[in-house]
Order: sequence, then C-alpha cells, then structure tokens
Amino acid sequence: MTDVGRHPRIKLYTLSEVVDVKGYVGNFDVKILKKARYVDEKECTACGDCTKVCPVVRPDEFNLGLSSRKAIYSPFPQAVPSAYVINVNECLGQNPAVCSKCIDACEKGCINFHMSDEEIVENVGTIIVATGMEPYDPTEMDEYGYTRFENVLTSLEFERLVNAGGPTRGEVIRPSDHKRPRSIGFVQCVGSRSARKGKSYCSNVCCMNTVKSTLVLKEHAPDMEVKVFYIDIRAFGKGFEDLYKRSRRLGVQYLRGLPGTVEELPNGSVRVAVENGATGALEFHDLDMLVLAVGVEPPQSTQRLQEMLGLQLTSDGFFLEAHPKLQPVDAATRGVFYAGCAEGPKDIKESVTQASAAAVRAIRLMHKGEISSEPITSEVIVERCKSCGRCAEVCPYHAITVDVKKKTPAVVNTAACAGCGTCAAECSFGAITMNHFTDKQILDQVDALLDQSPQEKILAFACNWCSYAGADYAGVSRLQYPPNVRLIRTMCSGRVDEKFIWEGFAKGAPVILVSGCHIGDCHYIDANHWTEKRVAKIHKKMDKLGIRPERLQLEWISAAEGIRFANVMNHLEALRKSVTPQEISQTVEILKADEKSVH
Amino acid sequence: MENSEKSKNRPRIGVYVCHCGLNIARTVDCEKVAHMAGELEDVVVAKDVSYACSEPGQHSIKEDILANNLDRVVVASCSPRLHEPTFRQMVQAAGLNPYILDMANLREHCSWVHMDDPDAATEKAMDLTRMSVARVRSLQPLEPETLPLTKRTLVIGGGIAGIQAALDLADNGYEVVLVEKRAAIGGTMAQLDKTFPTMDCSI
Ligand SMILES: Cc1cc2nc3c(=O)[nH]c(=O)nc-3n(C[C@H](O)[C@H](O)[C@H](O)COP(=O)(O)OP(=O)(O)OC[C@H]3O[C@@H](n4cnc5c(N)ncnc54)[C@H](O)[C@@H]3O)c2cc1C
Ligand code: SF4
Ligand code: SF4
Ligand code: SF4
Repeated sequence: MTDVGRHPRIKLYTLSEVVDVKGYVGNFDVKILKKARYVDEKECTACGDCTKVCPVVRPDEFNLGLSSRKAIYSPFPQAVPSAYVINVNECLGQNPAVCSKCIDACEKGCINFHMSDEEIVENVGTIIVATGMEPYDPTEMDEYGYTRFENVLTSLEFERLVNAGGPTRGEVIRPSDHKRPRSIGFVQCVGSRSARKGKSYCSNVCCMNTVKSTLVLKEHAPDMEVKVFYIDIRAFGKGFEDLYKRSRRLGVQYLRGLPGTVEELPNGSVRVAVENGATGALEFHDLDMLVLAVGVEPPQSTQRLQEMLGLQLTSDGFFLEAHPKLQPVDAATRGVFYAGCAEGPKDIKESVTQASAAAVRAIRLMHKGEISSEPITSEVIVERCKSCGRCAEVCPYHAITVDVKKKTPAVVNTAACAGCGTCAAECSFGAITMNHFTDKQILDQVDALLDQSPQEKILAFACNWCSYAGADYAGVSRLQYPPNVRLIRTMCSGRVDEKFIWEGFAKGAPVILVSGCHIGDCHYIDANHWTEKRVAKIHKKMDKLGIRPERLQLEWISAAEGIRFANVMNHLEALRKSVTPQEISQTVEILKADEKSVH
Repeated sequence: MENSEKSKNRPRIGVYVCHCGLNIARTVDCEKVAHMAGELEDVVVAKDVSYACSEPGQHSIKEDILANNLDRVVVASCSPRLHEPTFRQMVQAAGLNPYILDMANLREHCSWVHMDDPDAATEKAMDLTRMSVARVRSLQPLEPETLPLTKRTLVIGGGIAGIQAALDLADNGYEVVLVEKRAAIGGTMAQLDKTFPTMDCSI
C-alpha cells in the first residue's frame, strides 16, 4: 500500500468518487468529486496530537464499532495516505467559538475548516474498474439474532477481533463481558446460496475464511470448542483442502446443517437449534459466541458506474465480462477492464491475478500511443438526414449526436461507433450508411438467393458473434439439418432493416429468420432489444396486411448452441412446408400493391 | 480481353472455390460450383483449389489477382470467423484493400451439415457463392482511422485489486489516477489479519 502512496506515476485521490465519464477508448474525460478532508494531506505527519484533544467520541467503523475513535482520526494505523481526516458531520468546530481544539493542538497548522469539496477532471485512455464488494448485512436474518444478541458477530467483525492490530490487540474476547469464550460456533452461507434471503450465489470466500479462523483459534487455544454449521465446505483452491483437513484434525467439529433458530441464554451465551443433516436429529448447541460467515455483495456504486460507462451486469449484480472464458477481464465497452471482486466474489489471489491481467490488457491497448479504429462504422448522408434524433436514441454507445432543436444533421463519432448497424436500420430516411454492410450489399444477397426457386428456400439473418457462430458450431459438430437454409451474416441482429424483410417476402421467400445473441448477451450492449422491437412491429404490419406473421421468425441462438441452431433449422423447414405457392404469390401481390406503406 | 468503355468501370471479380482437402469436396461438387461462378456477370476468373489457405494456395490466388488485374475476390471455403483475417492479408499482399474480400461458407454451413445430400449441398454451395459474388460487387475499400490516445489509466477502487493494477501499470511506465471513495486505500484486505491459504498477514 505504501508503494502506491509514494509512486511517482500514481496520482491518488481518496475520499473521491467518479461522478461523470465522457469520451471513448483512448480519450476519456473523467470528472472526480474529491470530498474535503479538512487536514492538509501533504503536511500532516500523523503525530496524533489533534486526536488527543478532540472531545467527540464515536464508534470506529474500521473496527466495525468494536472500538471508538474521535471526530478527527486516522482511518487505521498503517493507512495510506497516513494523513488524519475530520468527519465534518461529527465535528463541533465549524464554528471555532464552539471548538477548535485540534487547530490549536496541531503545531504544523495542517487543519483547515474552510477546505471545500473539489471537482477535478482527468483525461485517461483506459479505465480499470476495481470497486470490490461489500459484506452482506445479516440484519434481515432475524433467526440468527444478529441485532438482538451481543455475542453474535459477523465474520468481518470477528476478523477485527482476532487482528493483532485490532481493538483487542488480537485477543479473542466476547463483546458482552470481555471474557474469553470457551466455545465458538460458525454459521456458513449467511446471505449466500439462499432463495429466500440474501443472494442465491456462493460467495466463494466464506468457507475458507471460516477454515482459516478455526485454525487461528485452535492455534491460540487448543482446548477451545469450535463448531462449524454448514451446507457443504467449498475448499476447491490450491492448498485449500489441506487447510480444511488440518482444521478437522485439530478437532474442529463440522456439522452439516444450518441453524433454524438462535436463542440467548442468561449468561450471554447462545443456544443454537440445528437439524443435523447426517442423523436427521434436532440438536441444541450452547456456545459462548457465534460468528456469521457473511457473504459478499456488489457495492452500492455499481449501478451508477454501470450507467456512466455503459457496462453490463450479471443477474447477480456484478459486472459482466466480455467473454466468460476468453476475455475474462475485458468489459464489452472497449478500453474498460475489471479487476477483483467487482466482477464477482473471489479471494485475494484471484483478485491480484485479475488485476495484473487487467493492467496488461490496458497496456496492450495503450502502448502504441495511438489507436486504430475498425472501419466498419456508420456514416451519415447529410442531405437525407431530417435530424429526427432516432439514431442517437438507439445507439448503444452514444456514438451519435443530433441537435434535434437546431435541426443540425446527425454526426457519428467513428471512434465510439462499434459497428452494430442499429442506427442504419432504424433511420426512416435512409440517411445512414453502414459501411461493409450497406443496404445494397445486403439486398443484393437477398435477391441473389431468391432468384431461382425462392419457394424452396429459407432466408436467415444471423449475427456474427452468436448465431452465425452457432451455425459454425453446428457444422463443427456435424449436425445434419435441411439444406435449403441460406444465411446472411450481419455484425449484429440490430442491423436487420425492415426493408430487408419486405424485400425477402416480395421476392417470394416462404419463411424468414432473424437471429441474434440472447437478450442480455448482445455483443453490442443491448442493440438486440431494438431487433426485438422491430420484429414485433413487422409482425403487426404483417398481420394487418394479411400475411401470416409466423413466416417471420425471431430466434436467439448463442455461439455454443449448435444443437439449438440445427433444431431451429428443422423447425423452419416444417414451417416452410406449410406455406403454399398460393400463399407466397398472394404475399407478393399484397406487397406489390402496398409498396409505399412497407417502405 | 473486353476493352469497351463499359467494362472498364465494371468490377473484376475472382472466385476461388476451395476443396479443403475432402472436407468440402467430398460432399460439394467444387468444380461445378466454380464453373457456375465463372458464368456470373463481372466474374473474370473462377477456379477450384485444393487448399486456398495453404501457402501455395494463397500464392496462386495472389498471382491470379495480379495477372487478371482483379479488384474484388470471393473465397468460397470455410467460415469467415476462421479465415477472414488470412484472406484479407492475402488480398492486401496482392495490393488490394482488405475489405474488398468476401467469403462463402461452404464447409461449416454446407458440406459438414448436409453430408447425406450431395446434390442439395452443391445447390446450396452455388447459391452461397452467388450471394457472395452479389455482395462483393459493391464492397468498398475501407481505411482504419488512427486516433491519438492518452497513455494514462483510471483505476476506480483502491482495494487489493486496484492497488495491484495501479502498481503494475505504473511500474511499466504508465501514469495512473487511482480513485478511492474512502479516506485510505486497502479495501477489505486492510481489515484482515491472517489470510488463507498462506495464513500470513495481509498488509
Ligand atoms: C470476512 C472476509 C474475510 C476474507 N478473508 C480472506 C482471506 O483470508 N484470504 C483471501 O484470499 N481472501 C479473503 N477475503 C476476500 C478478500 O477480502 C477479497 O478477495 C479482496 O478484498 C478483494 O479485493 P478488491 O480490491 O476486489 O475489493 P475490496 O477489497 O472490496 O476493495 C474495493 C475498494 O474499492 C473502493 N470503492 C468501491 N466503490 C468505489 C467507487 N465507486 N469509487 C471509488 N472507490 C470505490 C472501496 O472503498 C474499496 O477500498 C475475505 C473477505 C471477507 C469479507
Ligand atoms: S463459500 Fe462456503 S459459506 Fe460462502 S457461500 Fe459458498 S458455500 Fe456458503
Ligand atoms: S435517424 Fe436518420 S434522419 Fe434521424 S437524425 Fe439519425 S440520421 Fe438523421
Ligand atoms: S453502428 Fe451501432 S454503434 Fe455505430 S453509430 Fe450506429 S448504432 Fe451506434
């Protein structure tokens, strides 16, 4: 930590949060709000004279309230930066008439009540999100009595208790009477792996943290009775099984089953009622202290950052990586990377590994000092643009600006454009060309495939990243399916313009498929939402025109779903067989008569 | 051979139908596909080749591009997700813009999935090649844009992950802005004493 404090190339802002991010890969402008510390960070020598005279006593949050601190304090003994800090909400001294004791005590004159919050803008090329996690608050799990009984603690509180630098200097005592407990119980999966309370995922670190704690206890007090209540012990990492075995060898009792209730006994101990999973019998265990192995959750700031940077979240609320196996630290937004628990619960070793990986991924992007953009981007045909703003609204990357009021034509920021083609598909005035996937290029493919015997063919649009890849996977797996499907590749299903569909039907296609990544997995953030909306809109129009809406299908097929791809092809072929030549020629007639409304 | 005004502005397309050993040729009649392609408008040469991606395969296509003054190329072979970069480099080496290439997927999307029906597979291969020729006709050369970049990284969060990332970057010569919402860095790890699996102190 101290290396960070003195590194000439690291600029450290504490008490600070990112409040706005503008720009794109290579050139982000980041607005940072730095809260006032009221102590000069550079001048303060951490002598502590101020703290001695401060009259305000408050619980110390670093020790989770197990000890106290003053309104002016050092966050913790080895803190970086080491400068003291004032909590203004607690300080009496904004009005020096009330209190200015610390100002008088500080010989160097570092304390300044007039400091104010600052807003700073920094320009950077890449961003690493390492916002970590927050421990679960077990208040809602009333059955464990966390808020009711003094001797029920969370694992983090217990960490402070056994910490040599903590409030008790590492001596384990129980909060109610400061006596050494003779027995301690641990409850696993608190706030994790539950469909009812807390989270449904496994928090990954609490099993091993408990194993560690039992070893620490047994080391200090071999005769202490230590019991662990658990569902199953997850000791999957390198060296973990050894620690677990050692813990068992030292006499720690592992009891399968989570407590149903916890009651307090007159002497402050607790009685734990648990159904023993091995015997099925209801057991009662009297313990001097109980530790809840709390899980971890995404920090509160996650959603704000997600919106600011255009990132995605998993259903668990952690940040979603670009690819779970092959790009585990990249965000889908170019130039943004993840490290540590921000991406999901993990231990220190994994956090550090990811951090180094993220650093290298960032360096890989930056080392040339310039960045070349993929030329598959959209382009505005200024003369046709009506400044309606639709393209800017649908672009997942906010890569288009249109001043709707001033009626200035749309402008594409090619550096930010990822090339999904959604804007081109959504512009009603044909004012956007999608390079390399132009209307003409795609329509010519549609016409070529429907040139001969269209009634026998199935026209299918597939996005490059998921559905086309899924078709490749079907091929690699040698799955056999009907041979009359013809795929047209677009980068994103969002590119599939309504006019491509009408062109297909007008040229006699019996069945058309639009396919893309599953909702939530879109390679272009959420461009496939627009695909979904567009297809729904076309379905409505088909219905109105008297064309069977089933003839246009929408399917989400991932790169791993070769089997699903083949199944969809079989389904389409069955559907195609249900479309008669009369039905096709009727459709062709309808569309001929109705050319205007569908284009 | 044609020297009329009209043909001067027409695209000059070359089509290469790959056997992929027997991977494609066992099911698809590659010669027939190439022959059909040779009849299409704007196609100047159409050939079947045993392995388009191999060194000799690429070499012969490059020679063809130069000899026939081609300005657009269709390779009918495997998935573009596999070999598009290979063939883009190939056309670039022959002096063309890499974006005037198109691929028809005759392997993953055809020969491998319609093994029991060679006639239908060949029909499909011809359609896929026709579609590719239709597309390649209007492909445009594209140039990547080079933009300046700031060699600095913002790290949000000063826990162990943020600290490690910041140090790795800074030690490699990159400037880092580290933003931590609390008064000190260290995150959760600063609160731990001994840590698994080594059971040593955390800071
Ligand atoms: C009780 C307990 C015991 C554990 N014991 C062990 C152990 O023995 N061994 C082991 O390997 N692992 C252990 N772990 C896991 C370990 O703590 C984590 O792997 C590690 O702390 C993850 O580091 P991190 O940097 O990703 O996140 P964190 O440590 O959570 O750090 C994130 C930092 O980002 C800051 N931050 C958050 N949001 C913002 C924002 N918007 N702007 C600016 N800053 C922000 C936070 O203030 C914090 O400083 C334990 C975890 C717990 C809860
Ligand atoms: S690590 Fe263990 S205690 Fe934590 S949630 Fe997973 S199984 Fe439960
Ligand atoms: S959607 Fe089309 S017309 Fe509307 S602002 Fe964008 S480019 Fe212009
Ligand atoms: S192609 Fe996609 S990313 Fe690019 S400007 Fe259009 S909508 Fe935005």
